[in-house]
Amino acid sequence: MALLVDKHRPRSLDQLSYHPDLSARLRSLAQSGDFPHLLVYGPSGAGKKTRIVATLKELYGPGVEKIKIDSRVFQTTSNRKLEFNIVASIYHLEITPSDVGTYDRVVVQDLLKEVAQTQQVDQSARQRFKVVVINEADHLTRDAQAALRRTMEKYSPNLRLILVANSTANIIAPIRSRTLLVRVAAPTEAEICDVLAKSGKKEGWPLANELNMRIAKESGRNLRRALLMYEAVHAQNEKVTDTTPIPPPDWDALIGQVAKEIMEEHSPARILQVRAKLYDLLTHCIPPTTILKTLTFKLVEMIDDALKADIIKWAAFYEHRIRTGTKVIFHLEAFVAKFMRILEEYLMNMDF
Amino acid sequence: MANFFDIKARKEAAAANGSSSKAPATKETTRSQPWVEKYRPKSLSDVTAQDHTITVLQRTLQSSNLPHMLFYGPPGTGKTSTVLALAKELYGPELIKTRVLELNASDERGISIVREKVKDFARMQLSNPSAEYRTRYPCPPYKIIVLDEADSMTQDAQSALRRTMETYSKITRFCLICNYVTRIIDPLASRCSKFRFKSLDQGNAKKRVEGIADMEGVKLEDGAADALIKCSEGDLRKAITFLQSAARLVGETQVKGDDEDAMDVDHDAKMVTVKIVEDIAGVIPEKTIEGLVKAMQPRSKGLVYEAVANVVTDMIADGWSATQVIAQLYQSIIYNEAIPDIQKNKIVLLFSESDKRLVDGSDEHLTILDLALRTSNIMAGA
Ligand SMILES: Nc1ncnc2c1ncn2[C@@H]1O[C@H](COP(=O)(O)OP(=O)(O)OP(=O)(O)O)[C@@H](O)[C@H]1O
Ligand SMILES: [Mg+2]
Repeated sequence: MALLVDKHRPRSLDQLSYHPDLSARLRSLAQSGDFPHLLVYGPSGAGKKTRIVATLKELYGPGVEKIKIDSRVFQTTSNRKLEFNIVASIYHLEITPSDVGTYDRVVVQDLLKEVAQTQQVDQSARQRFKVVVINEADHLTRDAQAALRRTMEKYSPNLRLILVANSTANIIAPIRSRTLLVRVAAPTEAEICDVLAKSGKKEGWPLANELNMRIAKESGRNLRRALLMYEAVHAQNEKVTDTTPIPPPDWDALIGQVAKEIMEEHSPARILQVRAKLYDLLTHCIPPTTILKTLTFKLVEMIDDALKADIIKWAAFYEHRIRTGTKVIFHLEAFVAKFMRILEEYLMNMDF
Repeated sequence: MANFFDIKARKEAAAANGSSSKAPATKETTRSQPWVEKYRPKSLSDVTAQDHTITVLQRTLQSSNLPHMLFYGPPGTGKTSTVLALAKELYGPELIKTRVLELNASDERGISIVREKVKDFARMQLSNPSAEYRTRYPCPPYKIIVLDEADSMTQDAQSALRRTMETYSKITRFCLICNYVTRIIDPLASRCSKFRFKSLDQGNAKKRVEGIADMEGVKLEDGAADALIKCSEGDLRKAITFLQSAARLVGETQVKGDDEDAMDVDHDAKMVTVKIVEDIAGVIPEKTIEGLVKAMQPRSKGLVYEAVANVVTDMIADGWSATQVIAQLYQSIIYNEAIPDIQKNKIVLLFSESDKRLVDGSDEHLTILDLALRTSNIMAGA
């Protein structure tokens, strides 16, 4: 059974329920015939991908929805073979070059040129160019980004790129200069409630406004997360009402427990205990930044106002270390130790 | 000329499909071209705002003796366009393919490959143009190798290039292009005449953008052209892309004189406004930034944290790019006369640190929140 997120995903620009201005803008671009390269950015769960697929449909018609997955093998200069998955319709390709880590340049170089040099197979295609959607563009290496530059100009008659990213900070200036930036804001809480209500109606679920509002708030304006929570609530309860509790995801609950343990006791033994749980989270592929952020915001709620800014300062400091360092666990643990020390010192001074 | 192209294009298309397609391909191409390509300068004199560079190049064009060259400058200032135009003026359409080799970052550029390619290319026999052709194009007796985006070449590849440059110096000229001249190793840079491409200044960029708007039949509200230039920070490519997108948004789709009902243009075309431009450029509304600054005003600690955290959470969810937030916040704080200089001195250090963190890929939410809280703390006199 398909998840709600997929089942009720809007398929065309006019089915998209929020950001009508943006939809109109995308439509006018798609209809103009001189579609530019795009860099679509915004927080996760804001609906970037849905919007892109809808735009592709506006460009080419329903043919873009017939997709298949290809596996391709690329060869690096050092003769290493890389396997790489491509999602494709006859009009467009979708790739995630960060899958092959630092070899992304090879993929970008070879694949894009190949696409650019072949004609549209469908002679009656509405557009002469093909579109390549590049996921996680903010994770592309500098080399891969550099490799895109001239390709984007030289092959523009045959090729358009849609880069998808959470943030533009890691996209090099020459690439930003070659694309039209499209910001997709997360839906507001009210807009999320609206989507939930519509989805529920299709499923024949009774409307519980208060519950939907709570879900929207909990989700942090992440629509995907909201829909998953909404579905979980309905899967786990016979009868859903305004007061039905929302089960937090496992990892979130575990981080909540970590926060509690950190607050209770400030000792090396406790750090050790916490570390086991942090490891657990990491082995379950929860991104380190998510762990650190979730933990930080849970802790901040439990401490005195005077300390909050300081804790944020160190959270930002260690998150940066996580990015630039190699051993994630060191920095998570260092943050925990730092937090305990700050709190301990503060409590001691209070005693006098 | 146009007819010739049409027939040829048609023949090729027909041969390729095995059927005769009727649509002339060339017209289709110009229509679906992004404006940045459509309005790429066709000749040296067409390049805007790089007067010094262009004058020098035109002079060398006459003397027919080109040095090795290094073009450097920020994105979208005309480097690639200039070298393409230069090559065209030197060799004309017939010879350009055999006399100019372009290697860019999308090509494999390991040491051995560059050497191989350059060798093969340099060795190719020079074809002799007719006397008549020569009267139109200088056709100097050497070839040009363009290494675009050279700053993405490794140091090793660059040092290997030194030898190659010397080996073939009689019959080839190199033109290196990059954004950051510091990424080119010294021994290589010192072999070249350097040409700096400046960020386009307001006046010239504006003229160019207005010219394009005019040719495309796009109407600009008072101040919209200035907004385009301001938002693109001296990058003409960006300005042109913004313009095109803005034009689409207000529903201008006819190209002047391109269609039967071109006369309708003036009736329907709405104006491109400053607000549309800023929207497209991702400029954060003044109100939002003010909201953040207001939340940062010194008060009791708890109130500040609550207020700042709320505003930042919303800004992140709205997807504003953190780099843009930092840039605009910086403007509003640095030009705020009410904040004493001694505090500003401390605050700029925070901006420097945050910018670096973002480039390193740090989380935008934490970085902005931290920056805002610490700045607020300094403003409180800490
Ligand atoms: N000086 C200029 N005069 C006229 N048009 C320009 C100029 N600079 C840039 N443009 C416009 O911007 C587009 C991109 O310019 P160009 O490719 O020359 O930039 P570049 O300097 O090579 O940038 P990058 O460093 O990103 O490669 C051109 O197609 C043209 O439309
Ligand atoms: Mg260039």
